[in-house]
Amino acid sequence: MNSNSLVSITDISKEEILYLLEQARYFEEHPNHKVLDGKVAATLFFEPSTRTRLSFETAVNRLGGRVIGFSDASTTSSSKGETLKDTIKMVSNYVDIIIMRHYLEGAARYATEVTDTPIINAGDGANQHPSQTMLDLYSIYKTQGSLENLTITMVGDLKYGRTVHSLLMAMRYFNPTFRFVACEELQMPKEYTEFCDKNGIKYSKHTDFSADVINTSDIIYMTRVQRERFTDIMEYERVKDLYTLRNSMLDDSRDNLRILHPLPRVNEIAYDVDDNPKAYYFQQAQNGLYARQAIICKALGIDIKKMEE
Amino acid sequence: MTTDKKELAVAALCNGTVIDHIPSSALFKAVKILGIENLDKHVTIGNNLESKKLGTKGIIKVADIVFPEATLNRIALIAPTAVVNIIRDFEVVEKHPVVLPDTIVGIVRCNNPKCITNNEPMATRFDVIDREDVTIRCHYCGHSVKNKDAQID
Repeated sequence: MNSNSLVSITDISKEEILYLLEQARYFEEHPNHKVLDGKVAATLFFEPSTRTRLSFETAVNRLGGRVIGFSDASTTSSSKGETLKDTIKMVSNYVDIIIMRHYLEGAARYATEVTDTPIINAGDGANQHPSQTMLDLYSIYKTQGSLENLTITMVGDLKYGRTVHSLLMAMRYFNPTFRFVACEELQMPKEYTEFCDKNGIKYSKHTDFSADVINTSDIIYMTRVQRERFTDIMEYERVKDLYTLRNSMLDDSRDNLRILHPLPRVNEIAYDVDDNPKAYYFQQAQNGLYARQAIICKALGIDIKKMEE
Repeated sequence: MTTDKKELAVAALCNGTVIDHIPSSALFKAVKILGIENLDKHVTIGNNLESKKLGTKGIIKVADIVFPEATLNRIALIAPTAVVNIIRDFEVVEKHPVVLPDTIVGIVRCNNPKCITNNEPMATRFDVIDREDVTIRCHYCGHSVKNKDAQID
């Protein structure tokens, strides 16, 4: 495997995470840096994802690089039965870096084994989406000043929510305390609570999104509860509004509290929260640009700060 | 006389490999893993034989073949109790248990239908994550599976 690729957040060390955060901070201060002049990036989206694709393509463009790619696999040879291996090998001949999203789990890992061109995983099915985790980490780091010793409350769909699983694993280096707020059916899976036990991470489970939980949190990470996740529709109807955050619930919360959400949101955050300065989900999405600029540069071996010196 | 009959049930081997102490439920998976159905040598397969340790056990005897260590160790996934005997001139010249490797390439099919390995012409790869429980995890999609639930290809 080519070591510059980013496939899973679990592949990278604490030092690498902190390095990426520093680089992201630099890009936030200087978003237009033509360090990719003459470079071409491919965005291969075998599964559509407008937000992630636009964010990556903006990142490349702001760095002065050019983008080729597709946003829908039905217009490519994979619809003719071409294997992923062949597509990746072919595209590798043209570009300096490949950013890919695929509906199959493990696709990005496999891609790194068939080419020496760095691969950035922009999501592989329900498996990994490390650039989302990096922007979550950057948002936490930026708003709290540090990643260490924070109390993070995760709310909603903790069973299927890929973002909360990756964030949980990435935070293992930083002594967090987690609160898992969800109905029984969507609670944090055993493999992740076991991961916490193994790594000495403190956590507690709650079915009640109570004032006590809210008022002692530094970060509240909201996720969408999707109807199709329920085997019992009555259960969905019963719980769907239990985990909705309303502005009035934040009255006695900590000053440093910030509300995160990977978006899109439906009704789990009431619209009256948007004007609260503790609402951070839109800036969080913007941070995705800087985090992705940092990820792309690292994959290409470009250290922006060293170049400045 | 009874002892003699028991011995006859599993005939002695001049040269080759005997794999003993295979749990009955895993015998045919072991046969598959070793690729025995494609061999043209004498093969004896016994199952549901009495075993003090396992209750009932299976045994595989293959004449004139010494399997590569790596192939034999793959059996450890489904039959961690299995013991390999190498026979030369009717003598056991080597006897050792199978050892579970850190990584298993091929043989096991990933249970996740959305895993890349079930959709591309490629070999599967699993990492052993729990030796006591014999649990393996797909190197690609991350799904883990216990040995008794592993699908052998």
